[in-house]
Order: sequence, then structure tokens, then C-alpha cells
Amino acid sequence: MAERRTKTIKTDYLARVEGEGAMLVKIRDGHVEDVKLKIYEPPRFFEAFLRGRAFTEAPDITARICGICPVAYQMSAVQAMEQICGVEVGGQLRALRRLLYCGEWIESHALHVFMLHLPDFLGYESAIHMAREHGDLVQRALELKRTGNEVMTVVGGREVHPVNVRVGGFYRAPRRRELETLVERLKGARELALEAVRFTSGLDFPDYGQDYELVALSEPGEYPIERGRIVSNRGLDIAVSEYDRHFVEEHVPWSNALHSRLSERGSYLCGPLARFALNAERLSPLAREAATEAGLDASERNPFRSIVVRSVELVYAADEALRLIAAYEEPDAPAVELEPRPGVGYGCTEAPRGILYHRYELDGEGTILDANIVPPTSQNQRAIEEDLRGVVERSLDVPDDELTLLCEQTIRNYDPCISCATHFLKLDVERS
Amino acid sequence: MHLVRDTLPEARCGALLRVVGVGNPWRSDDAVGLVVARRLREVLPAEVEVLERAGEPTGLIDAWEGADAVWLVDALSSGASPGTVHRLDASEQPLPAALFRTSTHHFGLAEAVELGRALGRLPQQLVVYGIEGANFGAGDELTPEVDLAAEAVARAVREEVERCTRRR
Repeated sequence: MAERRTKTIKTDYLARVEGEGAMLVKIRDGHVEDVKLKIYEPPRFFEAFLRGRAFTEAPDITARICGICPVAYQMSAVQAMEQICGVEVGGQLRALRRLLYCGEWIESHALHVFMLHLPDFLGYESAIHMAREHGDLVQRALELKRTGNEVMTVVGGREVHPVNVRVGGFYRAPRRRELETLVERLKGARELALEAVRFTSGLDFPDYGQDYELVALSEPGEYPIERGRIVSNRGLDIAVSEYDRHFVEEHVPWSNALHSRLSERGSYLCGPLARFALNAERLSPLAREAATEAGLDASERNPFRSIVVRSVELVYAADEALRLIAAYEEPDAPAVELEPRPGVGYGCTEAPRGILYHRYELDGEGTILDANIVPPTSQNQRAIEEDLRGVVERSLDVPDDELTLLCEQTIRNYDPCISCATHFLKLDVERS
Repeated sequence: MHLVRDTLPEARCGALLRVVGVGNPWRSDDAVGLVVARRLREVLPAEVEVLERAGEPTGLIDAWEGADAVWLVDALSSGASPGTVHRLDASEQPLPAALFRTSTHHFGLAEAVELGRALGRLPQQLVVYGIEGANFGAGDELTPEVDLAAEAVARAVREEVERCTRRR
């Protein structure tokens, strides 16, 4: 008979706004008895901050939710506000937004792939430990990250929390020659990303996968970033404005972050694996080829292989940024004129970690009456818990220290905003 | 003001000198590194570069890249009394991580220094001045003790820089 024991795995993180989190896996008599992922998420406070503020302030306020994916917050916010104002931002302004977003994907994915996730696969405690023996890998990460940051600086005005984004467009449109300064570096980044795909596809992956419902944006003719309908592999196909009819958020006693589920079917997964599975054919030829060489196809369901998918998305983001720059023509005006009107608006874009949904209600003056923000990490909480359960159930005979690492790696597959903190997981084994 | 550790530095200056102030301008005492950098920019010789950084850790490695001697000034929150100044020589040994654990993503200055060291990308001399802050809430003013410490650190860095330039 299996030994009776309880494992408690904790995640502590000291972020000023995020608060604290913990994870718990209890094993009793050879079965996973309980799995809980506890996250303390900032958006609840931000939603309260937003009430009473002008609609024009939403992109700057919400950008502060995350230092790694501020552009995602800005883009979902402006999309919702522009919908209320009855304005569509297209042409080169949309292209600039997509370019800015590519910068964010590059810096965010580079950080995750190399600095946060790769040490798991190569058996290092951290990127610093890894750097001593694999300095070249870390140098590549830094170069990629710098490229992403430079795109954000040139288009967004600043590398962290860009200041150039406004409802209707930008405060200032970059000059063509400014964008051209990014070209050489982006070409280098694209090569580094191609190497990353080759390298990560050769890693050893735990044999694991689930029949997830995968949710991502979908837009004809392009890999989804800053717009699209919300679709899934189980037939969901809705406009962003229908989100609340299909997705519910609920409070669970062990987490201060609301859990999301599809009201009809339950848990789902968003992020790179879902984006790729639902949109693989929309990647650029170069990124598609890299994916094929790496052995990826739309049927991929192993979350541990998300590191390869992120690398493919790095190729795509660099490639797409170069395409957007080549096609860039300076717009006549940096923003579309708009007037607030009363109403409700919806925004959803593909943050590096998955779909980020915003809903706002404005009065006739443009004052925010109500705001709701659903970040990808909250949406993935259930999938993370189910993966932890599944992974631990398949690995019950693994020693405790290895099991802890495997649990950490399982969480990091999702690149949650607490991913750095999960390096500090502690495993307490209680034997009863 | 209390000077802690390494009070008598042995300078290893080289030719290219740089001051890097780190902080968030809208988080009260967190901005102290930027304040020191701005004050030094007014008084240091033009050939000494003065940079301001938001503290994005991988960007810090770029910030000290290429320099021979770097003085980096950052706020910290270790529980010491406000305005306490820590002077640390990061060229020789790791920064005490407990002093610099201010990043939201567990990858802060101490980790950036170690990453730089592991990659062979640390300047010959990297002196870190950490100034103990009191208030890290929203705001753009320093608390008085921290403001005084900023003056003291600006003076100390200026002296160190001048000692380097005089020796040429």
C-alpha cells in the first residue's frame, strides 16, 4: 500500500501589487487528493481605480498592471474605448499598434523562454546558474529582449509602460527613418529566434498532454495579436462583445484571483499553445517552416512544448515587425479624432500569455462607470491546476525534490505572471 | 547618514566612467537614484556619462556595458532607518540579495549583477550605492531623510569620480 503522505507546495512572491500566492498539492494513499493554485491578482484594485476616471486614462492606468505586458493592457483598453466611441482605428495606426505589440511579444517571450523556462529543462536553479555554463544562451536572450525593448521605445516612447499610446491612436507617429533604425537588429533577432526554435525543439519533454479546450483570437489572414473573434477548438466562435455570455468568473475560497471558465464546458487554456493550434496556418512562411522543422503541428497538446511554440512566436514577431516596418507609411495624423458617448465597450487582444479581456462602461462625459479586466493568468488557473493534478498522478513514484521541480515546471509552462516567483516554490512533506 | 561597508574603496577606474541612477520617478523614495543622477549630471565633467534607468534588470547590464568604472545608485528597503546609505563593491562579490529584493519579478539588481558576472559583462569597478527609502507609495517627492542622503551620496560619488579623473 502506498505510503500516506501530504505534500504542500507553496509559491511566495513579494511583488508590491501582486501580493502573495501559494500552491498546494496533497497526495494521500497514492492519489492526488487536492490541488490548489492561489494567486493574488492586481486587476481587482485597478478596476476600482478606473471608476470615475476619464476614458482617455484607461490605457495609461491599466498599463501599470504589468511591467512585462503593459502593451497588452493598453491595446485591450483602447479597443474597448474606441468601440464605445464608434471609431475604428485602421491603416498605419493599426499597423503601428501591431508593431508595438510585436515588441512586447519579443521581450516577454525572450524573458520567459530563456531566463525563466529554459533553466527547468537544462537543470539549473536559475538563469544566473545557467549563464555560467551556457552564457551564449543567456546572451541571446538579452539581445532578443533588447530588440523587443527597442521596438517598444521607438513606437511606444519608453521600454517599460509605453507613454505614446492613446485612445484613437498615438500621441506621435514615429517617422519612417526611426522605424528603419530597428531593421538590422530585428533581422538579427529573427535569426536568434530561429536558433531558439531549433534548440528548444531538441530538449527533453515530459510525456504529457490533455484534451484541452483551446481558446484564442482568430482573424482571417493574420496571426492573432491585437484583434479578432474569440474561437476555440470546440466550436466557440464569438465576437468579443459576447464574452460575458460565454465566460464566467467565479471566486474560489483559496484564491483572490477569480477563476474563469466557459459556462458550458468548464476549464480552458489560452496562450501560445492555443494560439498556435488555432492559427498555425496564419504564421508567416518562415515561422511556419520553423514550426514544421521543430515537429510542431496544430495537434500539439503537450504544455511542456509551449517553450517551442513561444520560440516560433518569437520568429513570427520579429518577421512580422520587419514586414510592418517595410510597409510603413507615415500617417497624416497620429490619432483619430473621437468623442465619448455613453455605452459599453469590449476589448480583447492576445497578450503574450493569452487573451486579455476588458469591458468598460462610460457615461456621456467619458467617465468610466464600470470596468472589468480578465487577464490570461486568471483564465489559465484551472488548466494549471488540472495539469498539476495530471502531472503528479503520472509521477507518484518520483522523489519529492524531483516532483517539486516538475510541479514548478508545470506552472511555468503557462508563463504566469507569477512565474519568477515560482522559482521559490517550497515543498513540505507531511507524513501522517 | 551612516556609511555601511567598504568605506575606503580602492579605485580601479579606467578611462570610461559612468553613473547610473535607477528608480521609478512616480514612486516617492524609489526615485532617489534618479535624483542623485540628475544632481551629478550638473556637476560632473562632461566625459562622465550619467544614465537614468527604470531598473528593468536585463537593461541594467546594457547600462554598464562598455564602461570601466560604474557607480550605480538605487533605492532599497531592507528595514534600516530611512536615509541609511549602503556602499557596496559589486565588482568583487555578490550584492546581498536581501538588500535589493525590490523587483516585482524576483529578478532585481542583485540578480542583474550576478548575471553580468556570470557572462563576464561587469565593469572592472562597479560600486553600488543603496539608499534606504521610507515611502514607496505614489508620489514624486523624497522624504526629508532620503533627500539628505541623496545629497550625501551625490557628494560621495562626485569625490570618487574626481579621485579617478585626477589620477590620469
